[in-house]
Amino acid sequence: MTLTLSRPTDQTDTTLNPSSKHLLDVDSLSADQIQSFIDSTRDYRDFRASRPYKSDILRGTSIYTLFFENSTRTRVSFEHAGKALGADVINISADTSSVNKGESLLNTALTLDAMGVDSLIIRHPHSGAPHFVARHVNATVINAGDGAHAHPTQALLDVMTLHDYLGDLQGAKLAIIGDILYSRVARSDIIAFHKMGVQISIAAPPTLLPHSWKHGTNTLNPTGTEVTLHESVEDAIRDADAIMCLRLQLERQTSGLLPDVNEYSRVWGINAQRLSLAKQDAPVMHPGPMNEGLEISTDVAHGRLSLVTNQVENGVAMRMSVLEHFCAAIG
Amino acid sequence: MQPQSQTIIIRNGRVIDPSQRLDAISDVVVIDGLIAGIESSGANQPSNSLSPRVGLNSEKARVIDATNKVVAPGFIDLHTHLRTPGQEWKEDPKTASDAAVRGGFTTICAMPNTYPAQDNASVVDALMQRCAYESDARVRPIGAITKERKGQELAPMHELADAGVIGFSDDGDPVMSPHIMRQALAYSSDLNIPIINHAEDRDLVSEWDMNEGAVATHLGLRGIPNSAESMMIARDIVLASITNGRLHIPHVSTAESVEIVRRAKADSIRVTAETTPHHLALTEEWVYGECGNVPATLTPYAYNTNAKMAPPLRTETDRQALIEGLNDGTIDAIATDHAPHADTDKICTFTEAANGIIGLETALSLTVGMAKIDIKTVIERLTVGPRAILNDNSVGTLQPGARADITIIDPNAEWEVNRSTLGSKSHNTPLLEFNVKPRIVATFVSGVTVWDATENGAPNA
Repeated sequence: MTLTLSRPTDQTDTTLNPSSKHLLDVDSLSADQIQSFIDSTRDYRDFRASRPYKSDILRGTSIYTLFFENSTRTRVSFEHAGKALGADVINISADTSSVNKGESLLNTALTLDAMGVDSLIIRHPHSGAPHFVARHVNATVINAGDGAHAHPTQALLDVMTLHDYLGDLQGAKLAIIGDILYSRVARSDIIAFHKMGVQISIAAPPTLLPHSWKHGTNTLNPTGTEVTLHESVEDAIRDADAIMCLRLQLERQTSGLLPDVNEYSRVWGINAQRLSLAKQDAPVMHPGPMNEGLEISTDVAHGRLSLVTNQVENGVAMRMSVLEHFCAAIG
Repeated sequence: MQPQSQTIIIRNGRVIDPSQRLDAISDVVVIDGLIAGIESSGANQPSNSLSPRVGLNSEKARVIDATNKVVAPGFIDLHTHLRTPGQEWKEDPKTASDAAVRGGFTTICAMPNTYPAQDNASVVDALMQRCAYESDARVRPIGAITKERKGQELAPMHELADAGVIGFSDDGDPVMSPHIMRQALAYSSDLNIPIINHAEDRDLVSEWDMNEGAVATHLGLRGIPNSAESMMIARDIVLASITNGRLHIPHVSTAESVEIVRRAKADSIRVTAETTPHHLALTEEWVYGECGNVPATLTPYAYNTNAKMAPPLRTETDRQALIEGLNDGTIDAIATDHAPHADTDKICTFTEAANGIIGLETALSLTVGMAKIDIKTVIERLTVGPRAILNDNSVGTLQPGARADITIIDPNAEWEVNRSTLGSKSHNTPLLEFNVKPRIVATFVSGVTVWDATENGAPNA
């Protein structure tokens, strides 16, 4: 006789498919859903162009941003997006809240939930923190970056930015250069672009790659998101339709993973010479904040092929689209 | 408690006692708290026909029908965290004992990561006095290798040996210095008490969440590779061979470790090894929170903190290697690493969560029920395996004259793991709210009933 194990019922789980209520990662989104986010984001972007734009679609809903890490663009763009849609947005940062008095993440989340928040937008240094909160609160949880795991709205806006530039992404080749091991942006970008039919080439110092990866085809997750790992940044960039340059965390040097940042820049930095190996007019993206002159040269960062400001601009509109989708049903 | 003078006949069970290579339908007779004898029985044999040899007066005997059940020596756990003294909100001798007897264990070995640590005789004596009053299960202490478990100066090993410790361990803190480890093995080599070193090379990886591999990559969690364990075991085996010290490897979790221990045993190095029920039954996919399955997309149940322990759950390849090592004798014992933690230590992010799960109550369900390991092998690795490491032949046996530490198992009975069926003060197990089997239906220590499932809501068989 075999044991059939199934997950015990959880009192706090009130929905049939608990993952669809929240935006915890990009894995749960289909290519069609990603495309529909892109379409509605374009609408919002057009609305915003005809300023002043203010909607009341989220009037009466409350959105709290709960950030346990520093952030400029993600937090501000969520706040901006929520206000543009008429929601009441309250910002909570860990260092000015009772977290500083030792209140746990759970009790912080339960406190905010008891105040009647409709949607919690969470950034946390620990992977899985939004999943943990989602397990215990009634509010909708939107992941604004968790540890090295996921940054779904960044991935959505990156996909949209490249879609704006290239059109259909099916069969396009994207080179992602830099720290994959510790990067939530890398993980979510790889999964989202892969869903849209993009072939992904990667180059990085071997110390900043998942330990099981070898040169050639690798998978990011057990459900088969494949990437191609190259020995050199030149090999990864050659004939690419676009380049994603990741931020180098400066503490990787002191923790023994890199000899020094100058060597990183020399071997893996994106500069005009390396960019010329890609297809003609292939653009460069960077999720920010940039270490300008290190992983990306100044002329490339601000050059004609840079999409960095497009990414930021799309960030506000994409978060409007995300908030509408995940919060409008609540109000 | 019942008077020890009572006579008990455990009738018609499948008696498995590896200490006397016994596996037969038999009656076990207990008189005055000792095993009086084991008599082969037919299903229809009247009770008084077996009495002459053991001088049994069946009129006054308590007869327990063990038909279709397994009767075994009470189990021995080499690796129990009693949390006493210092963390009694997680566990104390009484609740640890409750957990033990519900899992069929009648002897448990108390790990020394207490506050203060078990690094001198006064601390050990105080714990043992408390256990004498509060614990039904026998408790055997384990002393620290180094003072305050800091890995710097040896603890007074002779003093601790006199206080009755059956092993030396700095518990979850590995002795990182090869110099200190060498001295510990050398200094203790004449005591015939093993050094039990947590095999985790902290110089290789200092901070980690789970096994290094595909799941950690997917979840963005910090991994620890198999080599952090196998490197340390290899070092310790080399040091054991040059000192002739006695080494016991706790909670072996990787395929490489099994192979290293296998070779060391072939080379006649004094090494023994244990693994845990959860490493035999579960893999790293349990971190997904979907009962070991790989979900199409993560749900809020992902990052299951009750699948976090040190060493971490590994891969299916490792799990199969552990089972192979258990079957071929490379791994001498199954030990639970019963590690109670309060809810607040586990209801948090995965990175914040404490390492460890409780394991006494579920040991048989994980190994026999889930991992499908032959019950005879499991009983062997829970009785004669650990008692050889304890160097105490008075436990783990149903030999006539031995103290009647007995457990009765219903291989086909399911039970639900929940807060009322667990004896532990803590509830940190990935099996919480699952139905599992087999079930321990009764446990005796020196002939005294210390656990009776029929008095605790189980259907009377």
